[in-house]
Amino acid sequence: MTTLFSPALAARFDKLVTLYPIKRSALVPMLLYAQDEVGYLSDPVIAEIAERVGVTELEVRNVISYYSLLRTKPAGKYHVQVCTNISCMLRGGNEILDHCKKKLGIPNKGTTADGLFSLEEVECIGACSWAPAAQVNYDFHENLTPESIDKVLGEYRAKAEKGAAK
Amino acid sequence: MADVTLTVDGKKLSTPAGTLLIEACRSHGIEVPAFCYYPGLSLQAACRMCVVRIEKMPKLQTACTTTVAEGMIVATESPEIAQARKATIEMLLGNHPLDCPVCDAGGECELQDMTFKYGAHESKFVEIKQHRDEQQWSPVVFFDRPRCILCYRCVRVCGEGMDVWALGVQNRGAGSVIAPNRQDHLDCEECGMCIDICPVGALTSGAYRYKTRPWEMSHVGTVCTHCGDGCKTTLGVRRSNDGMDIVRGDNRDKSGINGDFLCIKGRYAFDFANREDRLTQPLVRKANGQLEPASWDQAMDFAGQRLREIRDSKGGSAIGVIGSNRTTNEEAYLLQKFARTVLATNNIDHHRTADYPAFAAALNGKVEASLRDFAGAKAILLLGNDPTEQHPGLAWQIRTSVRLQGARLYVANHRPIKLRRQATASVEIPEDGYPSLIAFLAGKPAAVAGDQNAAAFREALLKEESLLIVFGSEFRGRDIEALVQFGSTLPNVKFACLGDYANSRGAADMGLHPDLLPGYAPLSASGPFAAAWGAALPAQPGLDLPQMFDAAERGDLAALYVVGANPVARYHANPSILRNTFLVVQDMFLTETARLADVVFPAANLYEKAGTVTNTFGDLQLVKKAADRAGVRPDFELIVRLAAAMRADIKRLVSFGQRGVQADFGQARGAQSGEADRHGVWLSAQHQEPRLSPFEPFAILDEIQRLVPAYNVPRLDLLAGNDQHLRPALVQIANAASRRNLVTPSNDTLFTSGSLGSYSSTLRSVLEARQPVETAAD
Repeated sequence: MTTLFSPALAARFDKLVTLYPIKRSALVPMLLYAQDEVGYLSDPVIAEIAERVGVTELEVRNVISYYSLLRTKPAGKYHVQVCTNISCMLRGGNEILDHCKKKLGIPNKGTTADGLFSLEEVECIGACSWAPAAQVNYDFHENLTPESIDKVLGEYRAKAEKGAAK
Repeated sequence: MADVTLTVDGKKLSTPAGTLLIEACRSHGIEVPAFCYYPGLSLQAACRMCVVRIEKMPKLQTACTTTVAEGMIVATESPEIAQARKATIEMLLGNHPLDCPVCDAGGECELQDMTFKYGAHESKFVEIKQHRDEQQWSPVVFFDRPRCILCYRCVRVCGEGMDVWALGVQNRGAGSVIAPNRQDHLDCEECGMCIDICPVGALTSGAYRYKTRPWEMSHVGTVCTHCGDGCKTTLGVRRSNDGMDIVRGDNRDKSGINGDFLCIKGRYAFDFANREDRLTQPLVRKANGQLEPASWDQAMDFAGQRLREIRDSKGGSAIGVIGSNRTTNEEAYLLQKFARTVLATNNIDHHRTADYPAFAAALNGKVEASLRDFAGAKAILLLGNDPTEQHPGLAWQIRTSVRLQGARLYVANHRPIKLRRQATASVEIPEDGYPSLIAFLAGKPAAVAGDQNAAAFREALLKEESLLIVFGSEFRGRDIEALVQFGSTLPNVKFACLGDYANSRGAADMGLHPDLLPGYAPLSASGPFAAAWGAALPAQPGLDLPQMFDAAERGDLAALYVVGANPVARYHANPSILRNTFLVVQDMFLTETARLADVVFPAANLYEKAGTVTNTFGDLQLVKKAADRAGVRPDFELIVRLAAAMRADIKRLVSFGQRGVQADFGQARGAQSGEADRHGVWLSAQHQEPRLSPFEPFAILDEIQRLVPAYNVPRLDLLAGNDQHLRPALVQIANAASRRNLVTPSNDTLFTSGSLGSYSSTLRSVLEARQPVETAAD
C-alpha cells in the first residue's frame, strides 16, 4: 500500500498490527507514533490508520477525541505543556502558565505565528515531586519559576535559530 | 441451559441460567426501566436506571448486566431504588432542555415517562443549560444535541444491528457527543433505526419533525408497499381536509415479521400518498385528443361500453390486461377472474420479478422458508441478490441471526455484496456462473471444480445439519429446478425465492399469468374454477406482456386494461404502438402509461385499502386501511364497477348478498349479544359472514381460500394481524421450467422503488443528497 509515513514507521506499523489478538488494539500506539512523525493527525493520516487497523475513520476520530494528548491540528515545533494539577497548582503552576501565555502571546492551545511554540494546559504529568513542572515535546522541565521557564523557552528558540542557520 | 429459580419482588421466577436479570424480570411482567439497555444489542450499562437491590450484594446492582443466579433475592422497587433512579433523572435533566411541548418525542419519550414516574421535578442544579442548535445530518436524520442522554442505543443499533457504523461517540465524560461519520453529516443507509431507538427526542426524522403530536394520530399497523419482504409498518394518520393524511410511518410495536427493523422505504416513503398531483377524478380522452376530467358515471359508462363492444365484435383475444405487483391478493385474483370471465381473455400478465411458477413447480410440496425462519436459522445459503439493497428486512434478519446465534452464512454472488462481511464462507462467481455453481455443489462436473475456495465452500455447506437456501432472480426456470433438486439432498432444508415488490408473489399466486390460473393451476385443470365462477373459461393460453405490446404494434390489440402498473416506462415501450389500442388505466398518478390512456381512473394505494398481501417468502398478511383521499377508489371497487358498466353479473364476480340483501347484523346472535368480537367468531364457525357489499374484499378471500389450497390458512389468526405462512399446497405444473423467461428484476436499491419510488419526495431527496451532480442535470 502507498503510505504517508517514513519507510521505518510504515514497517513498524506493519509489525504492530500483528502483535495483538485483534488488529484494532494497535490503534492508540499507532496514533501516537504517527502524531510524533507527522506532527498531528491529519485527515489522510486518519484514513490510513483506519485502513491499517480495519476500523472506520469515525471510530479513529472517536478515539482521538477521547485522548487529550492526540491532536488533529498542527502544534508548534515545540509543544509546551504546563501542568496545573494539584501539586503544580500549589507551587505556582498557574503563574507559569499565565507567564507562558504572556511571553508567547498565545492563549491555551494556541500556536505562535512563526509556528515555533504551542501552549497547552495539561493534567498531571507525573512530576509532582518537582512541581511546578512542564513538558516540552518529550522533555521535562522541573521546579520552574517565571525566570527559569523564560530560560527554557529561550534555549528552544536558540536551538531553532541555530537549526535554521545551518 | 438448566433453569434457575430466583425471587423478584416476592415472586418466584424460573428462568434459564445465563438470562440477564432485566430480561428475566420483563419476561415475567416485572418492568425494570432502562435507557441504555436494548434487547439484542451489546450491553452498555451507562444509564443506571435499571438498578435493583440484590440481597447479599453491596450497593445497588444494574439489572441489565447481572445474570440470574440460583436463590437470588431481588427487589426492583423500593424507596431506596426510587431515590437512586430519581437522582439519575435529575442528572440527566441537568442539561436536558425542557422543550417537551415542541419536541417530537413529547408524549412518547422514555425520559418524560420516567420523570413522571419518579417525580424528579426539583433540581439542585443551578447552572445555565448549554444550548446547541439542532443539526441536520441527512435528509431524514436531525440531531438535537442537548436532548441527548448518551444511552448510545443509536451508536449500537447502527453499528451492530445495521452493520453501517455511521454513528460514534466523540470526546469523553460529560462532554461526550454523538457524532456522524462525515464530520457534519451522515453517509449511511438512512434506515432511521437510530431515530426509532432514541429514547428521547435527540434524533428526529425530517419526515415527521414538528408535524404533529403523537396523540393526535391514529396508528394503523399495515404492510409496507415497497419491497417483497412484507415488513409491518405502523402508519400514523391524521384527518385532513380531503381525507386522512399519513403523517408518520414507524415500527411502533415491533410485533411484525420484521422484528425491530424498518428501512427508509417502510418508514418514510409513504409520502407519495399525500402528494398534491395525485389523480382524484376520472379522466377521459376527449375528441380534441386531451385527457379531461369526467364524472365517474361518464368515465365508467364510456370505458365499460367500449370494452363490451370490443369484446363482442373482436372477441376477448383482442383485449389485454396487465396487473400490479402492489395490489392486494383479492384485487389480483378479482382482476384475472374479471379478465377470464367478463373480458373472456387469457391475455393477462404482470411485471414478473421472480420465476415463482418454476419455484412452485420445483418445490412440489417441499418446505418454503418464512421470513420468520431466518431469525432462528442455524445456516443460510444466499445465492445471488443483494438483500442489503433489495431485501433490507431479510438482510437484517440474517445479520441478527449471525450476530446473536452464531448462524453460519454462505454467500455466492457475482458482486461483492455487503452481507459477505457476515459470511462464514463466500465465493465470487461470474454473473452467468450460478448454474455451474449448483452443478458443482451437487457433485457434478463443473467449471468451478478446480477452485479450492469453492471446494472448501462446498465441504462446509454439506456439513450443515439444517439450511435455509435463499436465491435471487438470477435463478429462473430449470436453474431453480436444479437448485431445489440439489437442496433436497441435504437434511432439513427450506427454500426462499426473492422477488421485488410488496405483492409480486401474490400477483403470481393469484394467476396474473396468461397460462396459469390462481395457485398456478394450468388452464387444462380449469374445471374447479369454471364451476365456481359459473362461466366457461378461455382454453388457449393468452398473450404475455411483451406479446401484448407486439400485438398492439401489429394493430391486433384493440383494448388494454392496466391496473396499478406502468409497463410503458418499465419496458421502455414506444408510446406510439398503443395509439390504436383503447387503453384503460387505474393509477395514483399520471404515469407514462396513464398519459397514453383513453380513460384513467384514480386509484387508492396499498395504504388506503384492506385486503391481504403475500411477501416473497409466502407469508400471508393482512393489510389495513390507514389513509384516505377524497376522490380515489380501491382497485377492487374499480374492477367491480367496470364489470357492472360492462353489464356483467357482478354477483358472480364477487360473492355478496347471495341470500338477498339481508344479513345477520347481530339480531340473531342470541347468547353472543353485545360481543362484536365473539359474534365474528360465531359467524366464522358457522361459515357465515355478512357480505352485503360488492366491494368487500373478504368475500374474494373466501373464494381464494376455497380454490387455492395454499391460501387456506387459519382465518382468525390472519384477521388478528398475525402473518400466516402459506401451506405447501400450490398446484403442480408440468412445464413450469420451460416457460418463456420473462423475469425482469426491478434492480431497485434502498432508495428506489419502481415507478412508485419516483413519487416519494423523501427517496428523491436522499438520492439527490447523495449525487448532487447527476440529479441536477436530470
